[in-house]
Amino acid sequence: MCGCASDPESATQKSAAPRSFPDNRRSFLGALLGVGSVFVGGLLSVPLIRFALFPLLRRTTELKRSPVGAMSEFSALTEPAMRNVQIEFVDGWRKTISEKAVYVTTDKGGQLRVLTSVCPHLGCTIPWNKEKSQFICPCHGATFTKEGSRVSGPSLRGMDTLESSVQDGQLLVRFQYFRQLVSDKEVIG
Amino acid sequence: MVPPIMQTARTNESNALAPRQPGVWGWLNRRTGIDAMLRTALYEPIPGGARFAYVFGSGLLFIFISQVITGVFLALYYVPSADHAHTTVAYITKSVTAGSFLRSLHAYGASAMIVVLLLHLSQTYIYGAYKGRRELLWLTGCLLFALILGMAFTGYLLPWDQRSYFATAVGTNAASEIPWIGESLKRMMRGGTEMGTLTISRFFVAHIFLIPACIFALVASHILLFRKAGAAGPSTEDPHEPKQKVELFYPRQVLMDLSLTALLIIGLGLLCFFVPMQLGPPANPADAQYIPRPEWYYLPIFQWLKYWHGAASILGILVIPTVLVLAVVALPFFDRSLERRPWKRPVAMGAYAFVLFALVGLGLRSQYVDTHDAGVAQQLAKQKSEEEEFMRKPFEPELSSASLAAANVALADPLAAKGKTIFEAQSCNACHGDGGVGTAAAPALVGIAAKIPPEQLAQFFQHPTPKMTAGGMPPVDLPPDDLKALIAYVESLK
Repeated sequence: MCGCASDPESATQKSAAPRSFPDNRRSFLGALLGVGSVFVGGLLSVPLIRFALFPLLRRTTELKRSPVGAMSEFSALTEPAMRNVQIEFVDGWRKTISEKAVYVTTDKGGQLRVLTSVCPHLGCTIPWNKEKSQFICPCHGATFTKEGSRVSGPSLRGMDTLESSVQDGQLLVRFQYFRQLVSDKEVIG
Repeated sequence: MVPPIMQTARTNESNALAPRQPGVWGWLNRRTGIDAMLRTALYEPIPGGARFAYVFGSGLLFIFISQVITGVFLALYYVPSADHAHTTVAYITKSVTAGSFLRSLHAYGASAMIVVLLLHLSQTYIYGAYKGRRELLWLTGCLLFALILGMAFTGYLLPWDQRSYFATAVGTNAASEIPWIGESLKRMMRGGTEMGTLTISRFFVAHIFLIPACIFALVASHILLFRKAGAAGPSTEDPHEPKQKVELFYPRQVLMDLSLTALLIIGLGLLCFFVPMQLGPPANPADAQYIPRPEWYYLPIFQWLKYWHGAASILGILVIPTVLVLAVVALPFFDRSLERRPWKRPVAMGAYAFVLFALVGLGLRSQYVDTHDAGVAQQLAKQKSEEEEFMRKPFEPELSSASLAAANVALADPLAAKGKTIFEAQSCNACHGDGGVGTAAAPALVGIAAKIPPEQLAQFFQHPTPKMTAGGMPPVDLPPDDLKALIAYVESLK
């Protein structure tokens, strides 16, 4: 199988002890092995790198769109309807579900619009005041119209509209938080 | 005889006289002595020349390094706790890019390691390569064998699926059958009387810290002792004074070793790509139907233990295995003959064949029993199909405890549930946070029940103190029933 015992080269090597490692006779093979090892090592590290970079290349934290209700529920709105939506936040291998109130209302053109109940002033939850037909914040008295436009009070802007869409007759909303105490709507978190 | 100090001086002198190597390599060599190190590593003399029979040791080293690397990467996502272990392994398998491949590489790598280990052991035994001044080399090898089996045992539990949970439950139970120390040993491994989250912690620590540390140390000793004793060469070689012509390790033996490595890479790569490792449904300790089966390399022991009951069990579980293990470990101490040729060692070869046939026979017998018992075969098939079904389902993230706590309060007490609605409608959560966890604007209400009784709380709600008013707390103006509900909710926050 081996036959190296009769190999004249191995016999000479026994006496050829002191010499520098990368000797010329072997250096071509050595270089070939070195290049080969680097190549195979590089190939093998591809899955490792892809595995480690997964959270950088793919979204591992995401906020799913939450169902608000069937579109038919909102076909004849006379005043804003409050709905508690479940917000599903996925973080790697776990998810957190929390509840938040939103209002489904109509804009001036009669189109559905979803408003967050979080006051753009300091973040209180704004209730709908039936008698006055206005949103009135209980904390510092900011008032808003049925469409969410600012009427009076300390808030620097109107109530914030949330992105919404319709899928299979269901109204979906993307719940987000916005920066308070500024006049322009700006997403945070 | 030249004193050591003089020798050192002379070596330095000869180095100074040697031609100065140019370039980066030369500089590196002058700083590290890498030339000499490589020469020592690669110009190891092999009596009788290079052979394919000698490749298994470096094959083992390669798989071990692969296990270390894949293991470290798997730890990027794995969480060792009964709550999260299975979810995180499912996440690795189903969501993370190349996760299924790397996990398969690690799991199949364990099996490959056992196969190559058995080949390495068989080669050493058949070639009589443990003879003559190689007692410690053999001993470290035996210890490494035990440690590798320990790695396989501890790693098997970590996915915490049905298969791994029940196999480990049986494995730890088997340990408890050892007389005197068995029960304590089982409790030690499990971290209590039952399997649970503490068991995972213990197995995890053993699997990634303790056993690997021992393996690193022993692999180093094993290689050192091997180099000290010298390669044994073919079975016709004298174990003390090699007489056959030597060939150096580099290049032919290196190429042979690398060919096994290439075979392992290709074989494992194809296997992991086309037949990835499965993950079953999460462990359900209440499942009384589940029939546990160990991994193939533990099947012979598993089958063996079935035959021993009652008074005789001490013989089968303790005496025979101990004698066998001691015989293997002490082999180079009592087998002092220098004869290495297998055909001149009928007793040794007979014993080897007997143990090999016994192990294979026991393993096959275990398979046979399982396939010929209709009830067992049916249940095993059901377990397999449950695994396949779980693998087909997309990854489902785990519901965090924060979301559960909020839901539980709402379910527990209707009054508190009503209070929660009021808490939110009155915008209390705007300052005190959802679930009363507190924000920068107002303190947390969680755990307030322990500090303030309900009557006093009502007083604070209706007539806030000046300090509270200054902080922005308005008086709560509610009908008595609503106030009661709100207080019930606030008191329930924990």
